[in-house]
Amino acid sequence: MAKVHVTATLNGNAVEFLCETRQTLLQILRDELHLTGTKEGCGTGDCGACSVTVDGRLMCSCLILGAEMQGKSIQTIEGMADGEKLHPLQRKFLEHAALQCGVCTPGVLVAAKSLLERNPDPTEEEVRYWLAGNLCRCTGYNKIIEAVLDAASEMRRA
Amino acid sequence: MASVIVHPEKELKVVGTSPLRPDGVPKVTGLAQYGADFSLPGMLWGKILRSPHAHARIRSVDTSKAQALPGVKAVMTSKDLPDQKFEYVGPERVAVNFWHMTRNIMAREKVLYEGHAVAAVAATTPAIAEEALKLIEVDYEVLPHVIDVDEAMKTEAPLLFEDMITRGIDPPPKEPSNISKRIEYKMGDIAAGFAAADEIVELSFKTKPVHQGYIEPHATLARTDADGQVELWVSSQGHFVVRTMVCRLLGIKTADLRVHAAEIGGAFGGKTVVYVEPVAVTLSRKSGHPVKIMMSREEVFRGTGPTSGASMTIKIGVMKDGDIVAADALMKYQAGAFPTSPVMNGLMCGFAPYDIPNVRTIGYDVVCNRPKTVAYRAPGSPISAYAVESTMDAAAKKIGMDPLQFRLKNIAKPGTQLVYGAKIAHEGFAETLQALQRHPGYTKPLGKNQGRGMAVGYWFNGGGESSATVHVNEDGTAVVATGSPDIGGSRASTAQMAAETLGIEYERVRPIIADTNSVGYTQATGGSRVTYATGRAVIGACNKVIAEMCARAAKIWKIDVEDVIWEDGFARPAGKRAGEFPPLSFKDIASKRTATGGPIVAASAINADGQGPGFAAQFCDVEVDPETGQVKILRYVAAQDAGRAVHPKYVEGQIQGGVVQGIGWALNEEYIYDRNGKLENPGFLDYRIPVASDLPMIETIIVEVPNPNHPYGVKGVAEANIVPPMAAIANAIENAIGQRLTELPMSPPKVLAALDAEHRG
Amino acid sequence: MHEMRYEAPKTLAAAVSLLAGASGQARVLAGGTDLLIQMRGGRVDPELLVDIKGIPEMTSIVAENGVFRFGAAVPCMELVEHEAFAKAWPGVTDGANLIGSIQVRGRATAGGNLCNASPAADTVPALIAAGATVSVVGPKGRREVPVEDIATGPGKTSLARGEIVASFLLPRRPPRSGDAYLRFIPRTEMDIAVVGAGINLTLDESGVCSQARVCIGAVAERALLVREAAAALIGTKVDAEALQRMAAAVSAACRPIDDKRGTKEYRIKVAGVMARRAAQIALDRARRKN
Repeated sequence: MAKVHVTATLNGNAVEFLCETRQTLLQILRDELHLTGTKEGCGTGDCGACSVTVDGRLMCSCLILGAEMQGKSIQTIEGMADGEKLHPLQRKFLEHAALQCGVCTPGVLVAAKSLLERNPDPTEEEVRYWLAGNLCRCTGYNKIIEAVLDAASEMRRA
Repeated sequence: MASVIVHPEKELKVVGTSPLRPDGVPKVTGLAQYGADFSLPGMLWGKILRSPHAHARIRSVDTSKAQALPGVKAVMTSKDLPDQKFEYVGPERVAVNFWHMTRNIMAREKVLYEGHAVAAVAATTPAIAEEALKLIEVDYEVLPHVIDVDEAMKTEAPLLFEDMITRGIDPPPKEPSNISKRIEYKMGDIAAGFAAADEIVELSFKTKPVHQGYIEPHATLARTDADGQVELWVSSQGHFVVRTMVCRLLGIKTADLRVHAAEIGGAFGGKTVVYVEPVAVTLSRKSGHPVKIMMSREEVFRGTGPTSGASMTIKIGVMKDGDIVAADALMKYQAGAFPTSPVMNGLMCGFAPYDIPNVRTIGYDVVCNRPKTVAYRAPGSPISAYAVESTMDAAAKKIGMDPLQFRLKNIAKPGTQLVYGAKIAHEGFAETLQALQRHPGYTKPLGKNQGRGMAVGYWFNGGGESSATVHVNEDGTAVVATGSPDIGGSRASTAQMAAETLGIEYERVRPIIADTNSVGYTQATGGSRVTYATGRAVIGACNKVIAEMCARAAKIWKIDVEDVIWEDGFARPAGKRAGEFPPLSFKDIASKRTATGGPIVAASAINADGQGPGFAAQFCDVEVDPETGQVKILRYVAAQDAGRAVHPKYVEGQIQGGVVQGIGWALNEEYIYDRNGKLENPGFLDYRIPVASDLPMIETIIVEVPNPNHPYGVKGVAEANIVPPMAAIANAIENAIGQRLTELPMSPPKVLAALDAEHRG
Repeated sequence: MHEMRYEAPKTLAAAVSLLAGASGQARVLAGGTDLLIQMRGGRVDPELLVDIKGIPEMTSIVAENGVFRFGAAVPCMELVEHEAFAKAWPGVTDGANLIGSIQVRGRATAGGNLCNASPAADTVPALIAAGATVSVVGPKGRREVPVEDIATGPGKTSLARGEIVASFLLPRRPPRSGDAYLRFIPRTEMDIAVVGAGINLTLDESGVCSQARVCIGAVAERALLVREAAAALIGTKVDAEALQRMAAAVSAACRPIDDKRGTKEYRIKVAGVMARRAAQIALDRARRKN
């Protein structure tokens, strides 16, 4: 089966890959590029575990074809920390115990970062609605919301 | 968070603080490896063919075309699994029948639910494996099916097993039925109790099966060697459980199957059995390649276990002063396609919060054409609590008593006899209720269309078998290896207890989850048992390390070991040798291990009992939209006895998570079947678990009444919190609209229908 | 498994010729939030995918003299974040802001929402109420069609082979106009509408409703433009009595089915409630715009 050749930017670095036309970006990231931080929870865009940004916009990588990524800039959870220096959101998630099993965490962090880039001072309600596409079954969302609000406050002071 | 400490203990340094979890960084950077994240060179992709019918006889399965597809390396059916003896193994409450289990993993004579596995393939790519499934030809004789529990109990219902005679009836019935088992508990004189009652309240309820809803679908990777050795990576609550089941199902020697616990993306009871693991091993054996199987979300909903739906009737007799004098319950639980449902737990837990002299509970375990049920957080108890706690509320209303005061008046205390034979052995119930009562929100006035409801919940909590090994390193750090997969932060709590016991900093303890060949047998992470039972094994191993440390110090000082004591992480000369030598730290001794006898290692194993039961008391405020029937949770306050909260933030997290699962169960979650018995909502779009914007902050009150059987007073905290919400919300809705909803979920159409009935009535 | 071709043409003409020339099933790929799920579930199995996101007309938002033209492949988030558009058409923006999650709205498009032809599509009732038209380009050239004439039933459209919905046109608004879209879902987000109601109305200088369009979703095989409901508002001050008559007209027009998302009875009742509440919001918005 003829594959499509794609060149793109992934977490700031040039990347190229061959993909079957049916392969999703999620499958490309996990199975071809071996970045398994992006998770599949549903494969239908209903859980947000596979959240990434493409050209700065938050999306579910399970609802994108790899072939569409020609020339695009993709950011995944693996690009969030700066070397060993965690992003304030990552740090606050640990401090607030905002993860239990942790499988939704990469998607939630990517989504929360995208929120704070647009809105550095969100209300609790704004955080709740922005993250409504990221299902978490463990935490009841409490500590996730608290961690995002706390990270936002710290980032505003920085 | 609010916190109530009933009996202050001596000051602890690490237990009771909330340090960062040791496994946290890989989980926020995406490097943590969950079930689907493992791969091996030469690996194949396994896929499973599932039944499109709710009930059908399998006439034949032809896999030849699939086998012939280029890229397909193995195909399997139930013929590749040895059949099992028909027998129930283990304690009745959690009995396992491998004859059933092998048929659930892959259908033999019949398919018993839509989604039942029929065959599987392994191929070089996922796409080829999918294609191969389409080439497998199964000849089905479609049979009538039954979905509802009351329907399944009727004599004319289609039978799932033509020879199933109800157990637990003497003499046994002559005719087969879908009723697998009848159970009855009783104490006192139920007839006399009701005869003496001033008021009697009787209500009937129905609940729907709900799924655990973990975000990570089941996934596994299997590798087999030609000499019969097998290695498995699993997303499971118990890798030892996987080992036991896979060995039995496939006839593998226990020592030859090494199981690694991957990080697990949620489970809540749903990952205590095997589905894909024996299939992956079989495909790997047949193909000679490693095989990975990942379920899709749709497969998770169609093919894995929800907890039971039920049909229940509760009758309570009360005196005008508030004393409950008699209680009677009939509970019919769906087991799904194979016995056994958690009805026994429902019968045991329903009235357990109360001191009632005359009690009877009767239960039926009923099979029907749905996926086999599996544990879900306090299995069985939330279902019966919904019925019992709703009826309790109605009883309190009937005698004009505050519902919390009514419960407090009847609360079980140490020594209270329970219907299932046990006596309450711990304090904590009354203290938890009183803590809830003191919350200022409980008496706050409500607005229009708003209501307040409360309920309590009981759960046994678990003890059981756990092992731990502690290795001391030359730099004064320690590795604590346990066999308990960590779902919600147990590596943090075990490291805290180890640090507290050894007297070293939390940061110097590295907790790991060892594979099945590297640590002693350990039961699954379930029943809120890990911090209690595995915690006791860890503390036991740490105490052995301390004894060894003292022996090494004695050797260094050339004094008797009886003259050495361990205090705050230091060995000190004591007794007649007190003050003779400067104390030696944990690190000092560790660094001298070679000269003092070699490596310092200790293992401990336990079959723990004496766990204190879990108890939760909660109230909530709701607002009902009178025109749409939508229920909004305005406030939720949850109190729970933690014995002692080792890591308070994770205790709060358990409470908040359990409550929110309960909110989903109460309001929206349900399986919707079409007339052919096919599931219409096998995805997160229409199986509606709560999203962030549905909820308020969940306020927690941690009550600490220490458990005397645990060195730090621990009681399990993971499950009791999901027991009250359905009833608390039903009671709040009743308070808001004057109508009691007796069927779950209390979704907008049902609430609106109740409102219309109110207006008509 | 047959091969699936992926093409990303840069012009409408190229896209049309690819679609018209396909030997097997061909599909337009815009946001893919419906199509990829249908492909995953095996419900569609195209031979050709034509990704139209590289075509400028289909991905731009243009405002001229109060007239808005936006491409059918503009993601909902871009529409929602377009301040001038959101100010002019808050009701259409409401609809675009309710589809799926933030993630889904980052990809999903009004064109896809319309052509997927789900009766529960959230942008469609608001666009129909707004009086929007679409520019359809095909092998025979370009035609302008009212939005309500595209979907004909669940999954079915009036588009001919090779035709693409290229862009939406929203007319210049008179002063004192307001629109709104409300839907009912069991949760607060992430659900498909059980019922939806889009209202667009204009007041005269004395506050009397001079024009109105009412469109309801998820209560029939496609979104319904309910002229009787609009008539109940026109000539009134949109007071409680007029709203009640409008809601009754909405409920009377419903011909829903029972399905996993709602019963007939429930949908009929709640459609009126949503329409009344949406009309109140539209009214408030119109009053603020002099």
